Amino acid sequence: MSVSPVMNAPLQESTAFPVDRIRSDFPILQKQVRGKPLTYLDSAATALKPQCVVDAVSGYYLEESANVHRGVHYLSQRATESYEASRERVRGLLNARQPEEIVFTSGATAAINMVARGLAESVLQPGDEVLITHMEHHSNIVPWQMIRDSHGINLKVAPITDSGELDMDAFAELLGPRTRLVSVVHVSNSLGTVNPVKTIARLAHEHDALVLVDAAQSVACMPVDVRDLDCDFLVFSGHKLFGPTGVGVLYGKLDRLEALPPWVGGGDMILSVTFEKTTYNRVPMKFEAGTANIAGVIGLGRAVEYVNDLGMENIAAYERQLRDYAMEVLSGISDLRLVGTAAEKAAILSFLVGDIHAHDMGTLLDVEGIALRTGHHCTQPVMDRFDIAATARASLSIYNVREDVDRLAEGILHAKKVMQ
Amino acid sequence: MTDTISDDIYQQVILENNRSPKNFRRMEHPTHMAEGINPLCGDAYTVYLCVSEEGTITDVSFDGRGCAISKASASMMTECLIGRTEEDAKRLFEEFHEMVVGNALGDEERAHLGKLRVFAGVWRYPARVKCAALPWHAMQSAIRGDSTATTEDSM
Repeated sequence: MSVSPVMNAPLQESTAFPVDRIRSDFPILQKQVRGKPLTYLDSAATALKPQCVVDAVSGYYLEESANVHRGVHYLSQRATESYEASRERVRGLLNARQPEEIVFTSGATAAINMVARGLAESVLQPGDEVLITHMEHHSNIVPWQMIRDSHGINLKVAPITDSGELDMDAFAELLGPRTRLVSVVHVSNSLGTVNPVKTIARLAHEHDALVLVDAAQSVACMPVDVRDLDCDFLVFSGHKLFGPTGVGVLYGKLDRLEALPPWVGGGDMILSVTFEKTTYNRVPMKFEAGTANIAGVIGLGRAVEYVNDLGMENIAAYERQLRDYAMEVLSGISDLRLVGTAAEKAAILSFLVGDIHAHDMGTLLDVEGIALRTGHHCTQPVMDRFDIAATARASLSIYNVREDVDRLAEGILHAKKVMQ
Repeated sequence: MTDTISDDIYQQVILENNRSPKNFRRMEHPTHMAEGINPLCGDAYTVYLCVSEEGTITDVSFDGRGCAISKASASMMTECLIGRTEEDAKRLFEEFHEMVVGNALGDEERAHLGKLRVFAGVWRYPARVKCAALPWHAMQSAIRGDSTATTEDSM
């Protein structure tokens, strides 16, 4: 039962990563839940928000509340400048060539649907194939099923191995002359697996297929360079990058976005409208119909600035240390089974303990102030693949420390005692 | 590590019923049966009933898989229902549901619920109310003649 000697490691990390200062940037970490200090291990579901992001959102409403791209008045211009500054920051984060390649959406889900609908209405023909993997989030499965049913395309699924890695041989064999798009998750939200998306993109392009990368998890824990990956599209959600909810990003190579028809029509996405004909606005405005989540976009821009100040390489290095520590501690608990043991793995640990149901584990940990996710994590096919109904999932981020992992281990041991 | 939870949701009676559930068996010739499914976690139980022509429940059993709360709830439900009428079962579920969502109970309801009151702490964990109610939903569906109940149906 013991998890020593790694238990009771000092709170302070050995690296120069300023985790104490970071923790003080996130006011919610000072809160108690159920009478206990909060141990937040659910950043893969949504990351906490630093004070500066909250201030950026409220700052918009308090100081420059106005619509964007419309008024000539002072506040509207200031709001537009802030909004477009966020676009430039996101461009920098992803190393896109130009800000026009950054489209603001309501989230990664909307962005994938935007590409699915746009491709279905333009290049996809009945019998064409979209290739995904067995570890996709439901948001990268359902949109393709919808256009499969409406447009007669075929949806192919590349298998995964017992350790939760993509079976690259099987993947390569599934690429064929009818493959039009490969849509693949960068980091699996339920297994933690880091997929070799650069290799995937190269293989797909050899077959003249487009590539969409779901970077919802990866964007917050490692450098993501769209030019290096050479993907055609990439999506992520702001709230997993310490930004507000309800805002996300579709990156697309400029020519891909220009060729993609818009999915939603309305104001701001047009150049001119008569009852006979509408001329669409240029990219990216073509995809931003209606008043956007302006406060969300501004908050996201501030969140990007926050992670840039820390440095994505530093964040990745710190989270690798946390992951190694958590793997070591959890592996020391008898009857604990890790689901997802890929060689390349983010700090996302799905696990089961004996025959304790994941929801019982979740509630028993909740009582100790430990917040983690239990369930299928919107990846039911992954659960089916491993013949399980649900897992408990601890996900670690920039504000987590070894002590959080120790608390989790203690909580698991306590749960085992209660349920034995 | 505190043990406050055992006063709360994981009471000893619940843990015992999870470990050794009562009437945990498939019934060969039920007059009514239905499956209860929680699509959020994949938990699934089948509840079997034998109801006499006069409307009295003469036997109840269940099988399937799920968490400690749902399994203990199913176990204790089967114990409480044997010998009751269909009408009584419906009323008991309504009272049980009131309790697990945290509404105050009158003296008569408290007496009626008897040992099912060990589930009174569930309301503090709203995500788990569905677990406690799942076998009851299945039982109600079986009596109504429906084949399936899910926790996403309203009561």
